[in-house]
Amino acid sequence: MLLFVARHSVAIALSLMFLTPVFFLVLTSFMTANQSLTSNLWPTSWHPENYVEVFARTPLPRYLLNTTVYAVLATLFMLLASVPAAYALAKLRWHGRSLTLVAIVCMMMLPPQVTTVPLYLMWADWGLTGSLWPLILPMLLGDAFSIFLLRQFLVTIPDEYLDAARVDGCGEWGTLVRVVLPMARPGVAAAAMFQFFYAWNDYYGPLLYTSENESAWTLSLGLASFRSLHAVQWNLLTAATLLTMLPVVLVFFFAQKAFVQGVTLTGVKG
Amino acid sequence: MAVSTVRAPGRLPGAPPARRTMPRRVRLRRNLTVLSFIAPALVGLALFLGYPLLASVYFSFTKFDLVNPPEWVGLRNWAFLRDDPNVRTAAANTLWLVVVMVPARMLGAMCTGLLLARFRSGAGIYRTLFYLPALAPPVAATLAFVFMFKPGTGPVNTMLATVGIEGPLWFNSPEWAKPSLVLLALWGVGDLMIIFLAALLDVPKQLYEAAALDGANAWQQFRAVTLPAISPVLLFAAVTGVIQTLQYFTQAAVAASVASGQATTGGGISSTFGYPEKSTFTYPLWLYVAGFRYGALGYANVLAVVLFLVAIAVTAILLRRFRAFLGSDQ
Repeated sequence: MLLFVARHSVAIALSLMFLTPVFFLVLTSFMTANQSLTSNLWPTSWHPENYVEVFARTPLPRYLLNTTVYAVLATLFMLLASVPAAYALAKLRWHGRSLTLVAIVCMMMLPPQVTTVPLYLMWADWGLTGSLWPLILPMLLGDAFSIFLLRQFLVTIPDEYLDAARVDGCGEWGTLVRVVLPMARPGVAAAAMFQFFYAWNDYYGPLLYTSENESAWTLSLGLASFRSLHAVQWNLLTAATLLTMLPVVLVFFFAQKAFVQGVTLTGVKG
Repeated sequence: MAVSTVRAPGRLPGAPPARRTMPRRVRLRRNLTVLSFIAPALVGLALFLGYPLLASVYFSFTKFDLVNPPEWVGLRNWAFLRDDPNVRTAAANTLWLVVVMVPARMLGAMCTGLLLARFRSGAGIYRTLFYLPALAPPVAATLAFVFMFKPGTGPVNTMLATVGIEGPLWFNSPEWAKPSLVLLALWGVGDLMIIFLAALLDVPKQLYEAAALDGANAWQQFRAVTLPAISPVLLFAAVTGVIQTLQYFTQAAVAASVASGQATTGGGISSTFGYPEKSTFTYPLWLYVAGFRYGALGYANVLAVVLFLVAIAVTAILLRRFRAFLGSDQ
């Protein structure tokens, strides 16, 4: 019993620590600009109009639209190419499969900065810098991390199901679409969510390709550049920060189970 | 190679494939089928891994910017690596983060994971609460922390003051800026925690019971049972942690820019990078600034090749454990 209380006390204390930053963000987002510069932690008066002010000061809907387009298209394109590739790596046997898998792992582990300059020049040649397309279009050729994640999931599906489908006359594509995909739904959902959140939270990519063109900015880029002329207005900045966090939290609560499953999957069970 | 698609009647599952006797036409069709699955990914590997790696090596021997085409300069960029004071600062900062942040995150994930693994019920809500910050967009999370740790009037120092402690300048102090970034990384430890928790829950209960029968105390059980059982996950976490820290960019750039309080444009970071006193100036930050703000694209490729060599060496550790890592069928 004592142990029970002790464990819960520690867990509650930790929960509070994890929540504290958000708590103070919320409080500050309702303050006046002047009060947000004082050490008063509780608002002396409440100003929900700060949130309206954020919309007035920044093209937030524009950023939101750009971010959504980036995240949704990147996720759809990634799935189109990565699911078949993962299937070939998990369930088909062919020359060079192990080598391809090693290459995929290397690509997954490669810091994006390594390939930044040549790729930037490539997209500049094609006239696509200044937009988010250099971050979206490559997904049509698959994403290394997603392929790896999906492959880890697909190898756990017993071959018997696939063999049964083949005996019934399904081609490989038929087997993938009709038999494997329905069974692999949690894995596909996890890969999709990782890609979506990666794109949604990405800062380096949009900074690299769109920093000169404000109309293509994403939420992260806009938030990082959110400044008043003279000083940081913390009441507005905290409101903008919370608005940026909100969509992610909403998506998480709708898809919590698949998400936690997915994170576990990345942990590589030997 | 082997045949899993050929519907050979009578072939036992797992029997050696009849590759030699397969008609050429069938083999060709099979290869085309495989290709239809994997071709886009292969093109992707060539275009986004193979080409840029080779180009990077070539560019590292040239001088150019976004306007002028590459011009061969031999080893000049590489020689500059030796005299570049920025690269020394940047590499030292990144190394500091690797040495402190990676173990800190692993320890944090281990402790929270161990705690949650002890709950029979009710772990769900704690797990969600611990995990949520890991989802926050890095830019937003960094802003939240710079705000929390604002010197003078920030909530953390205000609370410290009520108990009589004068808090440090955190993100505004060259000594405390990196430790503050570590605290930020710990706030987002939830993703790693979930991985550790899954591994901890997978450890067979009988092992603990056997150890307890042998008179092992909690610490001994942890050393003799838990650690060996989760060692693959520890290795995975260490390697991916190092790789992530090698590319540590967003939080360092945003923290410096916001803490400095200076107005910057274009999500701009060049005037504030490394603030305060280059204490948050990481290696990838220097690569980006050298290439895209100073226009020294040739030299940026020298930095890229070096980063690649370090990353591949770390990845090799993981690949050596390929079997354990990728599953049993390799």
